[in-house]
Amino acid sequence: MDFNTIIQILDSSVRLMTPLLLACLAGLYSERAGVFDIGLEGKMLMAAFTAATVAALTGNVWLGLCAGILGSLMLSLIHGLASITFRGNQLISGVAINFLASGLTVLLGQKIFGLGGRTPNLTPGAELQAITTPFHDWLSGIFGPDMAATLTTMPRFTEIRLPFAEALRDVPVIGPIYAELISGHSILVYVAFLCVPATWWLLNRTRFGLRLRAVGENPASVDTAGVSVTRLRFAAVAICGVLCGLAGAYLATGLAAGFVKDMTAGRGFIALAALIFAKWRPWGALGATFLFGLLEAVANRYPNLELGPITIPSMFMNALPYILTVIILAGFVGRAIPPRAGGEPYVKER
Amino acid sequence: MDKMPKWADVILTPLISLFLAFAISALVILAIGESPWEALKTMVTGAMGSSYGWGFTLYYTTNFIFTGLAVSVAYHASLFNIGGEGQAGLGGLGVAMVCLFIPWPHWTLALLGAMVGAAAFGAAWAYVPAILQAKRGSHIVITTIMFNFIAAALMNWVLVSWLRPVGSMDPASANFPASTHLPKISDFFAAFGIEWGQHTPANVTFLIALLACVAVWALIWRTKLGYEIRAFGRSESAARYAGISPVRITVITMLISGGLAGLMAINNVMGEAERLILNNVEGAGFIGIAVALMGRNHPVGVLLAALLFGFLYQGGGELALWTSIPRELIIVIQALVILFTGALDNMVRMPLERFFTARRLGKRA
Repeated sequence: MDFNTIIQILDSSVRLMTPLLLACLAGLYSERAGVFDIGLEGKMLMAAFTAATVAALTGNVWLGLCAGILGSLMLSLIHGLASITFRGNQLISGVAINFLASGLTVLLGQKIFGLGGRTPNLTPGAELQAITTPFHDWLSGIFGPDMAATLTTMPRFTEIRLPFAEALRDVPVIGPIYAELISGHSILVYVAFLCVPATWWLLNRTRFGLRLRAVGENPASVDTAGVSVTRLRFAAVAICGVLCGLAGAYLATGLAAGFVKDMTAGRGFIALAALIFAKWRPWGALGATFLFGLLEAVANRYPNLELGPITIPSMFMNALPYILTVIILAGFVGRAIPPRAGGEPYVKER
Repeated sequence: MDKMPKWADVILTPLISLFLAFAISALVILAIGESPWEALKTMVTGAMGSSYGWGFTLYYTTNFIFTGLAVSVAYHASLFNIGGEGQAGLGGLGVAMVCLFIPWPHWTLALLGAMVGAAAFGAAWAYVPAILQAKRGSHIVITTIMFNFIAAALMNWVLVSWLRPVGSMDPASANFPASTHLPKISDFFAAFGIEWGQHTPANVTFLIALLACVAVWALIWRTKLGYEIRAFGRSESAARYAGISPVRITVITMLISGGLAGLMAINNVMGEAERLILNNVEGAGFIGIAVALMGRNHPVGVLLAALLFGFLYQGGGELALWTSIPRELIIVIQALVILFTGALDNMVRMPLERFFTARRLGKRA
């Protein structure tokens, strides 16, 4: 395996880990606040669908992104209503949300596009740009006409070339790493990576973060301090919705060019696994999702990985994140302890 | 003092929840520009209007009885087994091995053998999450989800590189020998000269599913083990104080649950496909969750809920055939049923409790 292959695999790992990382951080906010969320998968799927649909109808990926976040937030609201307001079973609510998204996306997709639950391919086309004109005028007033044209005729997220990427390409070692691995991703990839320190800072260095963590460990103490448990948990669930929205939008308008039925393909559960792997910590989430992204990238590149005398089938590589998570959960490699009040609805008066 | 009379708790609450779920489903159908009334008529005609429809409805019902019972047995011990999908898949592997590698003289013996294989494989797949929950405290919901994915990968590998006959491109096992083919319900009727449900997959397994309902009822409410399971589910600390071993109950309950999920395979793998195919469970393991929730974890409720979902499943297929409503409508209905009867239970229950309390206080005054 030469240097270029390694760079290519790492590059593809970064792409594949991005939705996992966003969803994992989404779950982190929710679960650190004491609300279990196995509906990450459904929220991502809904976001992928609404993002791709709006991007296809308007030709504008930014509107698509907003729609993705909204779609995911709607399901978050249902989850919050069920698990916070009505003190229902959070796991059952999550299961319901996954099915709701899986069914609704196909039903609505068939109604809007008639393509069997798919959205049209998001390639720049004339028929997609009609609705964007008013935004065009508004944007060109701010950014100038050239930038406005690129922004409004973008049906999907394109790769961003960081400055000097081409100039540095020929520098040995550092050149390819910068030009291939670091440069040339869509903006949501960079957003996802920035979310890691941001989450760490928010959780560990702000008053909101302290309260959020407290509400996941001992909600009664937060309540005694005069802070609303309900409001804090709803805030956490909403942040979770926004991040799942980003993850879904990236899947359908960044990684792929359009929505297909059940396109999340278990990524929400891998993110959940990564969250346990990360022991509910932001930097751990980065490491865990990178590991799982790498596994997926290797499995994609080598369907049958030959390691000397034994051949590892791709199915094993695909199952490895789940197997590793079970091993971690079993506590053989460091114990993963969830937030203490996780899964428990908070009852103010007993 | 109970806040509500028993009938309101057992019948009224689920009925209102169900009504809400179906009302929203009707709104969804309206939203995609179809008529809910027409859709309902198509579904009723397709699923119950003919013996052909009934044949498929009962076939699906059989699947859902097994997976629904699996979820409800675990639920009595406060264990949420989402792993029915994987356990039923592994049950299929057990059935396939029994049918392919043992020469059976008659289908009755083959059925008994296949039942042992299906239950053993399903139970084995539930054993690891069970033991991890009991001994290491790993959350059973997460481990059973993970085991669903591991099962999918394992089945894929088994079918592609091991059970697939030489020269076949299809990731499926060879056809089972004729001596293992189960009699269809239509065969019973044909023996008496009645034409009922020709070419439908409903088979003798339906009767076994009914027996399983009785067995689960007897187990939960008429045996010492069932008492221990319920006591453990109500309060782990009280159960431990009464000398009930949490490890033993967790493991045994999950083995029964996994075995029941695995038993589904005698219906879909042995009774219908007559070979092991990829993704043979088709989501029935997950529908078991909705069935158990709707049936309040009681075998009679599970039976009725399974019948309703059998009807929805077959009717949904007919909808996709005759109208432009996709099959996925069933998944939406399933989601809404789980949401309203499971997660949003209190939304219905709290106002009802308030109503009944107010009425009782009014009477007293």
